[in-house]
Amino acid sequence: MFIESGTYQAEIIAPSKIGGVVLSKNVAFTGKSAELVEKGQNSTAALWVKEFEQIQKHKSVDAFGKLFSHFAPKIKAFLMKSGTDASMAEECAQEVMATVWKKAHLFDPTRASAATWIFTIARNKKIDAIRKLKRPEPENLNWGPEYEPDQEEVIGLQQEAAKLGQALAQLPEKQRILVERAYFKDMSHSEIAAATGLPLGTIKSRIRLALERLRHVMK
Amino acid sequence: MVEKMITNTIKHHINDDMMMAYASGNLPEAFSIAVAAHISMCDECRISMESYNAVGGALLERQNNVRVSPDAWQKTLNKISETVSTVEESKPAKTDLPTPLSDYIGDSLDAIDWQPIGMGVKQSILSTSKEATARLLYIPPGTAMPDHSHSGVEVTLVLRGAFADETEYFAKGDVEIADGSTNHTPVAADGSPCICLAVTEAPLKFRKIFHRIIQPLMRI
Repeated sequence: MFIESGTYQAEIIAPSKIGGVVLSKNVAFTGKSAELVEKGQNSTAALWVKEFEQIQKHKSVDAFGKLFSHFAPKIKAFLMKSGTDASMAEECAQEVMATVWKKAHLFDPTRASAATWIFTIARNKKIDAIRKLKRPEPENLNWGPEYEPDQEEVIGLQQEAAKLGQALAQLPEKQRILVERAYFKDMSHSEIAAATGLPLGTIKSRIRLALERLRHVMK
Repeated sequence: MVEKMITNTIKHHINDDMMMAYASGNLPEAFSIAVAAHISMCDECRISMESYNAVGGALLERQNNVRVSPDAWQKTLNKISETVSTVEESKPAKTDLPTPLSDYIGDSLDAIDWQPIGMGVKQSILSTSKEATARLLYIPPGTAMPDHSHSGVEVTLVLRGAFADETEYFAKGDVEIADGSTNHTPVAADGSPCICLAVTEAPLKFRKIFHRIIQPLMRI
């Protein structure tokens, strides 16, 4: 298609160590975007919006490559935490990223951050390919072909997403882990209790506390 | 274009716990139909869904990177080129029903294959996975809704007409979420028949699955 022969060096353990991804003879990048992750959510969120714009308007493989190096390893992590084995998670992570490319025109930065939008694609892949279940989705809001996202709304939404990320980071670790388990796994409170050795009452109150804090930020 | 049934008068919404279960992908299919259909009609709940999706996004962003295979990038590009490009054209709206519902029941509430279940009440069961059951109910004006609960969580979305219980009134687009402990007798409003989508946990055999997934979220 549009690529000669890309090689992807999989040194993706620490974000700062992302290897160069050679996209074609002329295009290469060194994972600068991932370094920004360390510096703060704000710049990152704003950056991904720009990458999506590049994909939407110019079919930029370079921009897609940046999204790929940042998100593919995280999608794989998410799927593995959801109980998928490594090879299935690998396969699905690739499919999720392929879907990101194919549906990029549907990404609306006034309604979701890149991470949120990609999460929904990964979640649906998990339901569809791994659990073999159907996922009824709400009707898409159709703004028409001339739709251009309002820049202020974009900034507002992306800032909110950053705030939520910070709120999640500031949750006590124990609460955060429980929210993650409730989100990523089909685990009941008693199963979480058995896995963590914590009393059931403690589990319940921690999840409740964590969600209250997040809800507070989201409102 | 037919005007979709979007209404600003919705008073009864999807609660936070069910929305989180839906956003995290842990809600059984039958319940998800009701949630997705309601969101299609209700901007307030769409925003709520987006917030819970955002929690998922924030969790994804926090994941430690798991090494992907050296050829993952190339394979992804292959997957992209292998796909026949299917341009998703937005289908002209032939229905006033939200698409997550018309996907299951067709384009019109006037062309449902009803089965009478007594007292003039009719039902039509949707084909979904077995953890929970979704059915359309047709209830003549002034008639009590059948007790279709299995003492578990029960979601009722009004599609046409209205019903009321002892304390509240549910009109088109409203959703009632009840658990088995609430003892109530909803009755279709006078005037016109009430058609709603009623979702219940599957009988005991499957009950446990649902318990595991939803109950923890419902009860916190």
